Amino acid sequence: MEGNLNALTTVFTEFYYWVTVVFMFLIHVGFCMYEVGASRARNHMHTLMKNIMIIPLVTVTFFFFGWWIYWAFPNFYIFGGAIDFDAGAANTPWSPNMATNLEDRITGVFWAAFLLFSWTAASIVSGSVIERIRSSALWVHAVLIGSVFWIVDAAWGWHWDGWMVKVLGYHDAYASGVIHAIAGGYALGVIMVLGPRIGKFAKDGTPRDIPPHNPWMLTIGIFLIYTGFWGFYAACNVPIISPEVIDGQITGATWTATNIYLAPTTLSAITFNFLMSLSGGLMAAYVVSKGDAFWTFSGGLAGVITASAGNDLYHPVQAMIIGAIGVVIVYKLHYWVERRFKLDDAVGAVAVHGYSGVVGLIIAGFVLWGAPSSPYEGYATISPWGQAAGAVIMFFVLGFAPAWIISKIQASMGVLRIPEEVELQGLDYEENHVYEDAKAEIIAANNAALTAKS
Amino acid sequence: MSIGYDSWAVDLGEVGPIYPMQGWEIPMVVVGVIFWLVWHRLQFVQEGKDLEQAKQIADADKIAKAIERY
Repeated sequence: MEGNLNALTTVFTEFYYWVTVVFMFLIHVGFCMYEVGASRARNHMHTLMKNIMIIPLVTVTFFFFGWWIYWAFPNFYIFGGAIDFDAGAANTPWSPNMATNLEDRITGVFWAAFLLFSWTAASIVSGSVIERIRSSALWVHAVLIGSVFWIVDAAWGWHWDGWMVKVLGYHDAYASGVIHAIAGGYALGVIMVLGPRIGKFAKDGTPRDIPPHNPWMLTIGIFLIYTGFWGFYAACNVPIISPEVIDGQITGATWTATNIYLAPTTLSAITFNFLMSLSGGLMAAYVVSKGDAFWTFSGGLAGVITASAGNDLYHPVQAMIIGAIGVVIVYKLHYWVERRFKLDDAVGAVAVHGYSGVVGLIIAGFVLWGAPSSPYEGYATISPWGQAAGAVIMFFVLGFAPAWIISKIQASMGVLRIPEEVELQGLDYEENHVYEDAKAEIIAANNAALTAKS
Repeated sequence: MSIGYDSWAVDLGEVGPIYPMQGWEIPMVVVGVIFWLVWHRLQFVQEGKDLEQAKQIADADKIAKAIERY
């Protein structure tokens, strides 16, 4: 690092991303709490382990190939593009940049910020399939969405050089599509093959509510997800960069924060818009769900997700209204799909993440119509059709389709769903027996000691 | 809706607001305030209905059990 200003900027950026990573860890803690709270007591440990093991599996695979995909795939054989081996070279697991290196202080924290998004994508899927999927099947899906499909979509639509940004003017600053729509679409593809939990639907097809065993755990879980979402938002920005480094159309010498496309925004703007879209979502969800606590909490999240595509540019009132509109659509759509297709989305993940993401992308196309998608020359501007095409690519092409195909393969091999007998006795059958036996043994021992004393 | 710029070929030192519908701030705030006030109205009505319904279904037995449940 030559020069004090350069050193300060680098270390500030390094520390900035590191803080976002720590914050984003809370998203995973929140998802774990939410899933365990929503599951029945006889499935707790299985539910928790299923989500916890996403952490190491996605981490190592994201180190081995996920991060390379992001840098090598932005123009993956589309419109004359190819795999960019040069850009990917510095991000292979054998590159010195991917290790302790005094000449590169940013790659590690930037990699980690993306990695935490990968955990989130996998964790969203994990919630919708609780209490009946085999862990082995889910962990394959976790690796595929966390280290392959979401990072392909990020290379295409969440990269300054991505073909979707250039050709479609795709704009998705805080990941309505690149994380939420794809993960929701992916979850839908899995649950469509997996089927509902036993008892979820009555014989006439009426859905039954399966209440959470611990509402307070759900509540704290979702509040932790809100908290981690602050880190997620900050991680989507480049904190400080000069026009010279961007090397695009921006003139002058004013440094700025940017979104992932290197287009200007401010941390202040996204703070306004995060809070206003959260509020719009909470208020709308309260009314539309008639005060249902869990839908209200999830509605806050759905509000933020709906506004996320354009929260780098919206006015706060726009963010609030967009968050509210999104929640109403998502709530209605969730129940319509549940009744029509008999789908059991245990935590509402397809709706809260998938539908919100799609709706948010399309709304951004209208509200930001004509705005530049990039600081570079020749890129398409933001438009409703570019955003709609992007939504289809995220939700269906990279989310739903691969999930459905892989789940079909797993189902045909008999490795997708747990046996019915195990589902009825609970997935913690082993832990439950060990716990009950250990409890009986220690009670008997203590009683024997008491008898011997008297 | 324009954000005031159709490209980033600008000097950021001379750029201020970049949100859509600049010049419409007051009408946007009016819409926001209406949303907030309508929310209170809807919530008042909804809670009133819910409480009225709860009053009808609360027989003495259920109330006694609820008290016992603490």
